[in-house]
Amino acid sequence: MKAGAPLLLQVQDLRLYFRTTRGAVQAVDGLSFALGHRQALAVLGESGCGKSSLARAILRLLPRNVHTYTGQVFLNGAELMSLNEDRFRREVRWSGISLVAQAAMNSLNPVIKVGEQVMEPLVTHRRLNREEARQRASKALQLVGVPVDFLDRYAFELSGGMRQRVVIAMALVADPPLIIMDEPTSALDVLTQANIMNVLKGIKKEVGSSFLLITHDVATSSELADRIAVMYAGQLVELGDAAGFFPGPLHPYSKKLMTSVPRLRGGSRPEFIPGQPPSLINPSAGCRFAPRCSFRFNRCQEDPPLVEVEPGQWVKCWLYPANSNAGSHAG
Amino acid sequence: MQAEPSLVVRDLHVWFELRRWGFGRAGVVRAVDGVSFSLGPGEAVALVGESGCGKSTLARTVLGLYRPSAGEVVFSGKNLGELRGGEMHGYRSQVGYVQQDPYGALPPFMNVRRILGEPLVINKVSRRSQREPRIREALEEVKLFPVEEFLPKFPHMLSGGQQQRLVIARAMIMKPKLLVADEPVSMLDASVRVEILELLQGLQRLHNLMLLYITHDLSTARYFVERIMVMYAGKIVEQAAVDELLDRPLHPYTRALIAAIPDPDAANAATFQDVPPGEPPNLLHPPSGCRFHPRCPAFIRGLCEVQEPPDFELQPGHLVACWLYQSGLPAS
Amino acid sequence: MMNSWREVPRYTSALVGLAIIAALVGLALYGIIAIPYGEAERLWRGGEGVWIDNPRNAQPGWVNLFPGRNLPETIIVDSREGATKRSGRGSDSVNTVQISLDFDYPYDDFPSELNLFFDARSRERPPHASLFWLTPDGRMLSLGEQNVESSERYSISLDRRLARQLGGQSPEVALFADPARESPQPLQGRYQLLVEALLFEAGTDLDARLVVYGKVHGLAGTDHLRRDITVALLWGAAVALAFGLLAAVGSSVTTLIIAAMGVWYGRWADASIQRITELNLILPALPILILVGTLYTRSIWVILGIVILLGVFSASIKVYRAIFLQVKESPYIEASQAYGASNRRIILFYMVPRVIPVLVPGFVTLIPSFVFLEASLAILGLSDPVLPTWGKVLNDAQQNGALYKGYYYWVLGPAMLLMLTGLGFALVGFTLDRIFNPRLREL
Repeated sequence: MKAGAPLLLQVQDLRLYFRTTRGAVQAVDGLSFALGHRQALAVLGESGCGKSSLARAILRLLPRNVHTYTGQVFLNGAELMSLNEDRFRREVRWSGISLVAQAAMNSLNPVIKVGEQVMEPLVTHRRLNREEARQRASKALQLVGVPVDFLDRYAFELSGGMRQRVVIAMALVADPPLIIMDEPTSALDVLTQANIMNVLKGIKKEVGSSFLLITHDVATSSELADRIAVMYAGQLVELGDAAGFFPGPLHPYSKKLMTSVPRLRGGSRPEFIPGQPPSLINPSAGCRFAPRCSFRFNRCQEDPPLVEVEPGQWVKCWLYPANSNAGSHAG
Repeated sequence: MQAEPSLVVRDLHVWFELRRWGFGRAGVVRAVDGVSFSLGPGEAVALVGESGCGKSTLARTVLGLYRPSAGEVVFSGKNLGELRGGEMHGYRSQVGYVQQDPYGALPPFMNVRRILGEPLVINKVSRRSQREPRIREALEEVKLFPVEEFLPKFPHMLSGGQQQRLVIARAMIMKPKLLVADEPVSMLDASVRVEILELLQGLQRLHNLMLLYITHDLSTARYFVERIMVMYAGKIVEQAAVDELLDRPLHPYTRALIAAIPDPDAANAATFQDVPPGEPPNLLHPPSGCRFHPRCPAFIRGLCEVQEPPDFELQPGHLVACWLYQSGLPAS
Repeated sequence: MMNSWREVPRYTSALVGLAIIAALVGLALYGIIAIPYGEAERLWRGGEGVWIDNPRNAQPGWVNLFPGRNLPETIIVDSREGATKRSGRGSDSVNTVQISLDFDYPYDDFPSELNLFFDARSRERPPHASLFWLTPDGRMLSLGEQNVESSERYSISLDRRLARQLGGQSPEVALFADPARESPQPLQGRYQLLVEALLFEAGTDLDARLVVYGKVHGLAGTDHLRRDITVALLWGAAVALAFGLLAAVGSSVTTLIIAAMGVWYGRWADASIQRITELNLILPALPILILVGTLYTRSIWVILGIVILLGVFSASIKVYRAIFLQVKESPYIEASQAYGASNRRIILFYMVPRVIPVLVPGFVTLIPSFVFLEASLAILGLSDPVLPTWGKVLNDAQQNGALYKGYYYWVLGPAMLLMLTGLGFALVGFTLDRIFNPRLREL
């Protein structure tokens, strides 16, 4: 990421806690990161680390039991948290940031034609007339590789891969600069996955959208990501360029994550990460990964800060203390 | 059942009739259309294919849930199609089933003790004093410690990984000779997958089980089985030992599968993958001849769409059903 | 699922409902214990002989708690206990007996009836009795003379001759009226009915019992046959709850199993069950029951059986079927087949438990609907001829023009209890629904 280039998305100290009968679930606990134009950021993490809540937090899709919702989110310099609900709905959702939710392909309305569903946000949101909306919808379908005559088909007539493409078309149709995708390929076959990733690459190249890709699938994320963020127990533990991350992750959890990926070519036998992620209710005071970390030492009883060890590379670990120079790794 | 456990599947066909309005016929879905393979004692085999290729149907037929329409499934010398009543019951206790959805595979209103107790009760282990030690042993084998804590729990109180361990425990409790695992880790988190696969492999080696591991993800098959069979549209298109298949994939479909699976590499983001166009065929009207021909980059006109290729054995143990290899390995 | 039951106490409406149901069950139990079945039958069908000491169409006793006139209660004075009886010797082997039946009358209204019951034991010559009435203000009125055969009833209030003699008003009014007042008002104080009898044979004896019938009786009043309505209400509670429960259980369980079997065995079984259900939905239940009751039998057990039969193939089958169809596709069902579970086991132990969260609230709200059904049949005159039920009471009330005649209590008792039954079960049922179907909690 070039220094000085205008940022599309800036998130600062975003917090989203949920109120439950057992206490406050600190799903998103002070996340800060940035994303530029025509960039893809993959947020990696296990289930329960809060990554789906991150998407909700950015798009303000909140359930009733919100305990805390603070922080700042800037989209092209405009601060979003201060917008009232109506403006947020009109200006940000779908036209500023759109979302392809987890298992969205199963959430297509079964009784409405697919084309109608792609057109809907344009007609209701942007007040286009049906002709224009239909044209834009056709264009979106073409971009994702769905034949245009599918506009008049129903969801059950389409295969899983086709439905996922339709959902992506829906996210694109209002031309948002940022698209958030939550596990876009997890339920799909290998070949279909590859197809979808091709589609996303094409969109990034031709349309110029930025992506925030949320997934637990490390290998698939490498197909699209320029930058990688690793989430653990509601916090960001590593953030950096993909080119540097995949060959050499810094944080112990990232390392464990990489070695747990079964590889088809080369590499050694995958190892699993023993133990379980901590509960997001009343997390411990120190480093949250310490109980499962093979490198832990005394200092880990204190929560480490997120430190920029090199320009654009951040780690949250005492192995990389705040005032050390770039390049000092341990282990 | 005889001493040496084995599973032999010969020219198995499983077809389903579609009925219209409950009476008329609307066609036949040829889910499994001529599959042959065998498993020896202690052998672990992966059946790889995409959704709709018939692998789940094959698994269910081996489990005795579907009847073969043609061909046979022979378990330790006994033909499944000829078993009646009580013998079928006996067979069922010899085969364990691990399903894809860990939560769905467990009755939500039964606790762990009851879930594990059910197969025992059904197999006439009627007294609780006999069941209890076997239940504990099963929990210990899948490393759900401490056993006391888990016995009264209900499925929704367990994590995904724990649920799947429980499913495995249930599959193992009758001390089967064969385990059929249908996508056992696809619905689990990536970080838990390796744990469960290691557990399965450990159990398989410890008890010398035959394992039929069904998946769409080749990369998980690599370290946990000895042989891989690739299935497409109801047929096995290639089978070989793991390393042999991954180093020298012969069938164009196998090659496409392998190419489509990424390893974590930042360079992936810059290139488009080469994916065969189109989609897996409808098993109601499969393509004529070789079923992959509409999507095949090496399509031989006049041959591939006319006649189905037989299995060619290019090396001992490495079979491929593709006309490219009708006269041995090509020059390329 | 077991945890859900623990949530019930959290809802006040459920606690209220449970309290109501407990009270009704208490009533029913008390009724059955205090008045066993044979006794209840005897009481309810027994004629005047059983209830003769009760006033006819009396209001419930608690109306006296309200400000206003103090309605009289029934006063019974018996020569065998309490009243004074003096035997005397006359001349010529003629003995005398003087019976003095005293009582206090503190009420603001006249009695409804006056009866004098004689019990005479003689062989050939009956005793001869002369009756005198003494009022608190010292007047003495003659009530005539008569021979007493054996057990006779002298209905003082129905004696027309006496009425004319007393100035035209009914004896029960005239005998108690305060002469000093313009409009008729009873004179309060001590009254005495004197019986002077001549006994002509040795060994003859005479006893008398005066019943001054009040206008209130018991907790729920009396009906046209002097029967204490409370008996009917108590027993009616038992019948209502038993009928409702049995019908609800019978039809729910059967419906459940049939739905499960239809779904599990599929094809023909499923299709035929659905068609039978659809036919049954069109058939009107009440007219059929009326037909059966009119032409065949009114026995409550037969009616119960037919009600269950008609209720089995109800709309609930469609609901259960929808749930079972979903449940059937669950992976754990397939897994159970793989480890050898039989069809019967799968239906009963693997599918039915999934439906219970829907069944339980529905079952609880089903009970009162059967209670109302029984009451409806009874009001139409088709209740069991033997047992007293709430509906029967309402039927009697309607046949005798209760509301026209102002006998509101006759209708009030059973109506209130029916309402409470509905309310109690509805409250519990709705709460259970909210607990078992959490999505309704938002409401």
